[in-house]
This record gives sequence, structure tokens and C-alpha cells, in this order.
Amino acid sequence: MSSRTASRHAAPGTTRPPALPQPFAGWFAQRGWQPRAHQLSLLAQADARRSTLLIAPTGAGKTLAGFLPSLLALSRPDHGSSAAGLHTLYVSPLKALAVDVARNLTTPLTEMALDISVETRSSDSSKAKRQRQKLKPPAILLTTPEQVALLLSHETAPYLFGDLDTIVLDELHALAASKRGDLLALDLARLRTLRPDLLAIGLSATVARPTELRALLVPQSRPVTETRLADMIVAGGGAKPDIHILESDAPLPWAGHTARYALAHVYEAVRTHRLSLLFVNTRMQAELLFQDLWRINDDSLAIGLHHGSLDASQRRKVEAAMAEGRLRAVVCTSTLDLGIDWGDVDLVIHVGAPKGASRLIQRIGRSNHRLDEPSKALLVPSNRFEVLECRAALEAAEANVQDVQLNRVGGLDVLAQHVMGVAACAPIAPDALYAEVRSASPYAGLTRDRFDRVVDFVATGGYALRAYERFARLRPTGDGRLRLAHPRLAQQFRLNVGTIVDGEMLKVRLVGPRGHRRSGPSKPLAGGRVLGEIDEYFIGALAPDDTFVFGGEVVRLEGVSDTEAFVSRAAARDPKIPSYPGGKFPLSTHLASRVRALLADPSRWDDLPHPVAEWLRLQASRSSLPTPGEVLIETFPRGGRHFLVAYPFEGRLAHQTLGMLLTRRLNRAGCGPIGFVANDYGISVWTSGDLSDAIARGRLPLAELFAEDMMGDDLDAWLAESTLMRRTFRICAVIAGLIDRRHPGKQKTGRQVTISTNLIYDVLRRHDPHHILLEAAWADAATGLLDIGRLGEFLARIKGRIRHQPLAQASPLSVPILLEIGREPVAIGGGDELLREAAAALIAEATGVAAE
Amino acid sequence: MRRMAEAAAGGAGADAFASQPIAIGAHRLIADKSGALFWPAREMLVVADLHLEKGSSFAERGTMLPPYDTRDTLLRLAGAVARYRPETIIALGDSLHDPGGARRLGDDDRVLLEAMVSRRRWVWITGNHDGPSAGALGGTVLDELVLDGVSLRHEPDPASRAAEIAGHLHPAARIAIGGRTLRRPCFVATPDRLVLPAFGTFTGGLNVLDPAFAPLLGSGEFAVRMLGADGLYPIATQALLGD
Repeated sequence: MSSRTASRHAAPGTTRPPALPQPFAGWFAQRGWQPRAHQLSLLAQADARRSTLLIAPTGAGKTLAGFLPSLLALSRPDHGSSAAGLHTLYVSPLKALAVDVARNLTTPLTEMALDISVETRSSDSSKAKRQRQKLKPPAILLTTPEQVALLLSHETAPYLFGDLDTIVLDELHALAASKRGDLLALDLARLRTLRPDLLAIGLSATVARPTELRALLVPQSRPVTETRLADMIVAGGGAKPDIHILESDAPLPWAGHTARYALAHVYEAVRTHRLSLLFVNTRMQAELLFQDLWRINDDSLAIGLHHGSLDASQRRKVEAAMAEGRLRAVVCTSTLDLGIDWGDVDLVIHVGAPKGASRLIQRIGRSNHRLDEPSKALLVPSNRFEVLECRAALEAAEANVQDVQLNRVGGLDVLAQHVMGVAACAPIAPDALYAEVRSASPYAGLTRDRFDRVVDFVATGGYALRAYERFARLRPTGDGRLRLAHPRLAQQFRLNVGTIVDGEMLKVRLVGPRGHRRSGPSKPLAGGRVLGEIDEYFIGALAPDDTFVFGGEVVRLEGVSDTEAFVSRAAARDPKIPSYPGGKFPLSTHLASRVRALLADPSRWDDLPHPVAEWLRLQASRSSLPTPGEVLIETFPRGGRHFLVAYPFEGRLAHQTLGMLLTRRLNRAGCGPIGFVANDYGISVWTSGDLSDAIARGRLPLAELFAEDMMGDDLDAWLAESTLMRRTFRICAVIAGLIDRRHPGKQKTGRQVTISTNLIYDVLRRHDPHHILLEAAWADAATGLLDIGRLGEFLARIKGRIRHQPLAQASPLSVPILLEIGREPVAIGGGDELLREAAAALIAEATGVAAE
Repeated sequence: MRRMAEAAAGGAGADAFASQPIAIGAHRLIADKSGALFWPAREMLVVADLHLEKGSSFAERGTMLPPYDTRDTLLRLAGAVARYRPETIIALGDSLHDPGGARRLGDDDRVLLEAMVSRRRWVWITGNHDGPSAGALGGTVLDELVLDGVSLRHEPDPASRAAEIAGHLHPAARIAIGGRTLRRPCFVATPDRLVLPAFGTFTGGLNVLDPAFAPLLGSGEFAVRMLGADGLYPIATQALLGD
């Protein structure tokens, strides 16, 4: 990391940092500590009442810096601490982090004998405690964005926040640019209306564009013409990280993500370090790597596993063991990216490509928290393409270049939820609320028309057919304001608050095997130890008796209930279902462009492992390599079929969307597409028709095949059937409050009573295609699951820059993509193909029976 | 098994999956891809569980579901009527989502429905959701109807000795192929009992493997015909999955 000085970015008005008063100065001295420059700068900022973003690496005393201004203010003799109300609100993305911070605050407060009350509040807090906090709040309340939204929806909000002085937003980089960030920004705007001179302090790790975080912290008073920014303090960075890419004598795999070829090296690295964190990109990879390591763990090193599907209590155990130094290594996913420091990590091993420069820098930062010593990291590419990606990420990390994020446009579904919450507190005045909402930076560009449509949605559903005026949830008060039609609606809102929609997770319980079963009704499963949670849609695709890896072992699916999946231990070593989704990041745009540049510059290939450089040279002689502005498209026959392979390097999600659209077009062009497969780097489509010939004869102009207009009708038609779009819509519908959340224990009503969002989605598309929720879902899809935005940029970028290479056989570069075939289910078309297949199977069976 | 082979044989051919023959007792009936049942000998169309005005029923209680379900259901019903041109229509109960539904009908939807009702013999069987309230829309209201030895009622009766055609349960089936699963409404039948899928646009389904179906389907074979986006498909019972 570069060595930036602490006060370089501070506001001009902050000249000389003040010295610490007693008892703080004494407390620091007692421990042999010096207040850090950024801690003092932040104090000066607070004295001047200037909202500020503090950017500091892990271990720089960032959280203490955030609290120091409040602690100083609350310890002054003139502050009647016990009489006053809520002084400081601390918001973090994780409940656990709030608890951890509370613990870390209590110690110095006790040691300095300061009487400042600190409490946490989360959904886990007792009802009595939460009730009491509304009436008699602590001086410092530590909580999450969802709890803030809840507190604001109560009639007591103006009283509760009436004395609020400071809000501290921790790990702001993790919250911003998400729906939770939108909610937080709206809540901050609301708090500012209640307390106009509120001081906001943002704490963040290094980010690509601090501008967006700075804008989030201050009200946007003239959103159209200028963006206001909070001041910024950048704490001095530590030593340059020490990053290596693993080089192994073993042959580099062409495809796959297991990195088994390098396992011995990885184990050796673990053996020679105190505590290693092994980051992987998916839960599945975590499971496999964990199993593989234990298979060769001759020294019986204590190696743990930590990922988002494991039961919370199991994760807590691993964290505690790390903190106590009882573990030598932990295999983990993004669950350990954030926040809490669980021990003295001296090596980060990244297995598989890091997918983004910022993610890599964040993960590397988990090792070695002594600022003056370098963090140490080992990158282990699991296939040839990942070597290129690791090289690009290493260069980006060494230059401390972060991935560029897109400007966040606040979700309309989140806004709908917020409007309901504000109305639950008190009647709303639309003009004033519109101005308030636009003062939140993600909503600075919100038009009045959209805002009114969102309010209309909250009131009556916002349908073109004005059928529900008489059932309106918001009613005019007579003075231009709108009030909630019934108090029951406020309760309904409070049960549904938040932007995390996780109704699709099933608890996984371990039960004994049930032996052979027959189809049809059987006795219900129950009980068993909870192993963790798993996506409903993954389990949904399995049949009983299918085996998969979970919690470090191979398990067999025994059955599924409304909210739980039952599994038993399986004897099999290799699971039947090879992978399950969860936490797959697409390659970042920034890394993709670095990889393209690397490919196009043979002079840099000598830095790559020998087999990779050879592979690229072979590609250059057998086919060609694209220049950075081009896209290479190869066509060749293979095994009686015809293949088209393109290398956009735009990430898996965008490629899958591209694959669906290309298939539709090839079908229309009469080329008989059969299937396609996509990875982070490219896509391959195979057909029955001769593609090279069709292109040569001008029957299939590539410029038209890849024309931007596929983002129009083709995309629309495909989206109609896309399950990803349906999931996106479901999330929007829940957040916006169109349908209620499913709550644990209240799901006994059964599926025939609950209304499926798929039905709502279909009906809206047919009868109200411009409905605001479809608009919201579309906006999400553009950046989220389908990466439509990125695909659109790609198509625009390559216009007139397609390099077509007809070949007699597969090219070296295409091999890793072709090897993906068969790893992923290929799905073309809607459900009727499946039904036809199932019916055909029955017919074949029935005919067979008849012949006997 | 023989019944399935028959169904399969009947389902071969060009527009193979538009409808499927189903025999109940001695009667040969036609299950349509829309979810309606046609009785050729009586030129009669049977539909179950229209649940009209379900959207507005939720809206009345503060959940603003889209108001288009009634229109959508009626247009699909009109499509089936145009294909089979029945002389009689039997709606097997829960035609309205609640007794207030008839009052909440939009003007256009009311015109559409009353035109359909007035042009042929129309029987509303009472259901647990709507009771006799659909009678306000024309036609005849009956608790139950017996035709040629077959009972047509809302809720299937496990104790029934005679053949019956019923609705109420909203049968649905789930299958998995190639890593994808599909859950759709379905017809489910034994030799003397047929449960129709819910016809209404906003109606979900109950898996036919749910214990609620057990007393109705007995221990023998039963036949399942799943509704696709554009077809009706016979599915082997061995292929069915629970939820």
C-alpha cells in the first residue's frame, strides 16, 4: 500500500489536532499507546461539527477513532450523562460486530471509570429490552440498519432521537452500493430531519471511489446541480503487501476449480505458518478444499471450516478457536472478509482467482495487523485462465488500484418500504418527504414522477387499473398529508422491515438413514442436529437419495419439509451432485480489462508460468489473440457438431445471459443450437448447423448476431421465462411490501394458501407491463444476477471490432471452456420441454410394459 | 398401468399434448390443457376453484396484490369455452374467493362473466370460500350434482362409494429432470375419482403426495396429468417428488 499521510485529505479548516484530555490521555499512556494522527484529526473534525469519512486499514484503531469524539463529549462534566437521552448511534452491517464493539468499548470505559451507558440492539435482544430502549435509551446504542428503520417507524422516534448528536457508520464500504445501503441512506436522511445538525462519521476500508461514501454522509441539498461531499481522512497505510503466485511442478489444469494439483504446496504453506486463512470463492470449493486438506493432513494440524451455510453456532466455535490460537488454518468464503479480527493470521492463501482487485486487497488485509509489517499472501490459481487473472490481480493489488464501482441508484423497492415506515411513525407530507429522500445520495436523481408512483404503490398498489382506491393504505388527512389507514398496517410493516430476503434458505438437519423407500406418501421426518442452511432452489433440484457435500462430509438427501432439509451421512466418497451455488462472484470489469491487456501483449508472457506462456503462444500460432478492444470469435467443427466460442471476459453472469440470447438468435437463423456453456472468460455455443459455412456465405453475419438490439426484444422474451428474473422480482416484492415475508414458525398455512410471486409476476407482465415493481426488478437484474448492464456495455464496445477465426479444430484457448461442458446443467427453453421429456419417458415405459 | 398406457397411446400424434383422455367410471372425458374438463357425451365443461376476486380480497385487508386475476381467469375460461362450445358449464365451487367477491367485481369483468353465464346452462356448485354467493351472477346454485352416476361436488369425499369429480384441493405435482425442477397444477385421478386443478390465476397448489390426498387416492395406482405452459402432460407416479 502507498504511504499516504494521515491529514492529507482532511478539510482545510482542520489545522492542529487537539491533545487528548484526561482521563483519556492517561489511559493511552498507561498502555504505552500514542493517539494516532487520524484519531486526533477526527476529534478536530467533530469539534468543528464536520461530517467525515475515515478510511483506514484493519488494525489502525478505526473503531476507537470513531467513538473518541462521543466518549470525550459524554465524559465532560457539563454533560449530564444519566439524564440525557441517546447521544450516539453506531450502525454496523453485522449483529456480531456490534456485540464485539460493545465489548471493546466497555473495557476502556471501566478502566477510566466513566459512567457512559453502552447497549446493543438487534433482533436477538429481548422484547423487554427493546421496549425499554425506546423510552429510556442508553447514551450509546450499537445496532444494525434494520433496527434503525424499525425505531424510526415508531411514534416515539422524534422523542428517542431528539438528543441524537452523532451517528457512526462502521464498515461503510460493505453497506454502501447495496439495498441495505439504500435503506441506511434513507434512514440517515430521516434522522437529519429530526436532528438537522447531526454529525455523521463513516468508517471504511480502502475503497475504489470514496466519493460515493463521502456523498452518503452529508445531505444533498441541490441534488441536480452539485454533489456535496463529507470531509475525508485517510490513515497512513502499512507496508506493501508481499504477494506471490504459487508455482508448481505439477501440470497446470486446463479447467476446474479445485486446485488439487497444488494441494501439497498449500499444505506445506499451512504447515510453515502460525495461522493461515484459506479463502475460496464458493461454499462448494470451501467444502472440497477442506476435505482434500484433511485427506493429506499427516501432521493432524487443526484445520477449520467457515462459510455462510454452516450453522451460526458452528461458526462461532471456529471463530473462538481462531481467537484462542487453537487453529492452524481456516478454509473460508467471504464470511471472513469483514470486520472482526479472530486471531493472529500470518498468511492468507487465496485458492482460485480472486475475481476482483478490491476483494483481494480486503482479504490480504486479514493477515498481519501490525501496520508496519507487510501482509503476506499466496495466490493459488486453479486453472490456466486463473493464472492470467491472478497475475492481473497481483499487479492491481501492488499498485493499490481498486475496482471501479458503478454509481448506485437507490432501489425503488427500498424506497417503498421506507415510505411505509415514515408513514407508520406520523402522517407524511409528500413534498417534504420528496425533498428529504433526495437529500440521500442514492436517491439524489429520483424524479418526482417516480417518487409519486412509489407513494401510489404504497397507497393502492399503483396499478394502471385503478381498482383499489377504496382500499388505500394511505389516506389524505385533509391538510395535504397522508396518514396510515389502519394501525394494523404499521405492525405489518414492522414484521417485514429490512432488505435481506432469505426465505429461500432451508435448515439442514442430520438424521439416520431411512433405508429403501417407495414413492408416495411416507411418514414425516423430524428432529436431528442442525448442520446449517442451504438454498431452497438447490435442494429443489435434488431427488431423495441424491448425495452432495455439506459441512465437510458427503450427505444423502432423505427428504424435505416446509422449512427443513433432512440428510443422512453417506458412505460415498464422491457426491452425485457435484456443486451447489452460493457466493459466486463474477470477474470484475477492472480485472477483465487487465487480463485482456495481458493476453494482447506477448512481451509480458515471460512473467507467467512456462506452461501458460506456451499455451498462449500456441494459441497465437493456431488461431489468434484479440487486441484489447476486440472480441475473438472462433468457429470449428468437433464431434459431429459445430462450435462457436467467444472470449468477452465479462464474467459468468453476463456470459450466461449472452448465451441465452445467442441461442435464441441462432435458432431463428436456422443454425439449430443445441446447448451452451459459459465461464468467467468466455462462452461456447454448439449447433447442428455448420457455423463457419453460414458465416462465410453471409447467411449468419456476426455483426448482426452480436448486435446491441439483442438487449431489446430477445432479452424481453427470454426474461419472461427466466427463473433468475423471477427470483429478482420476488425479492423486490418482499422488500417493497407487496407480499409479506415468510416468518419461521408461521409457515404452516401451506402452499395452497400463500400466493406465489411467480403468479404475480406473470399477471403483471401480461396486464401491467410498466408497473413500478417490474421496473424495480429490471433495474436489479441489470446489475445483479443477470449483469445485463455489463453485457450491454460489452456489445457496444465490440461493435465493428469482432475478429472471426474459422478453424478446422478446437483452439488451445477454447479448451478450458469446452471442458466446462457437462459440468453445468444446460437449459434451453421453458418448462414444457421438461414435461415433454417426462411424458415421453412414461410413454416409453408404458409401451415397454405393453410389449411384455 | 393399463390406464396409463391408454392415456399414452391417446396422447401420441401431432398436437399430442393439447388434451388427454381420462375415464371416470364408464365415462370417457377429456382433460384440457387449460385445466378444464370436457364431458363430450353431455357437451359439458367443468372447471374448479376459479377464486375470482382473490386479488381484491387481499387488497381489502391491506395487501395490494394485482387486480388483474379475475380478468385473466375469465379470458382463459372464455378460451376453453370457444374451443369446446359446451352447452353446460359447471363451476365446482370456490368460484369467488370470498362471499364479497361478487360485489367487488369490476364493471368490465362483470359484463364479461354475465355474458358467458347467460348464453348457456350454468351451474355454480357451492364451495367453502364462496357459499352460494356466485348465484348473484346468474345461473343455478347447487350444493352437489349427480349426473349419470357421477357426483360433482366441491370437496372430494373419501367415503363416497360412487364415482366423483371434485376440486377444492388444488392438486399440483413436482418433477425433476436434468437438475431442474418443475411444479405445476395437475389433474389427479383414480378409476372412479377425479380431482381438478384450480383454474383461477392466483391459485397455488397442494402436492399430490401430501398426506391430504392419501385417503382419496388409496393404495393403488393413480394418474397425473401436469399442466404446462402450452400442453397437458401425463407423468409417471414414480417420477413425482414431494415438496
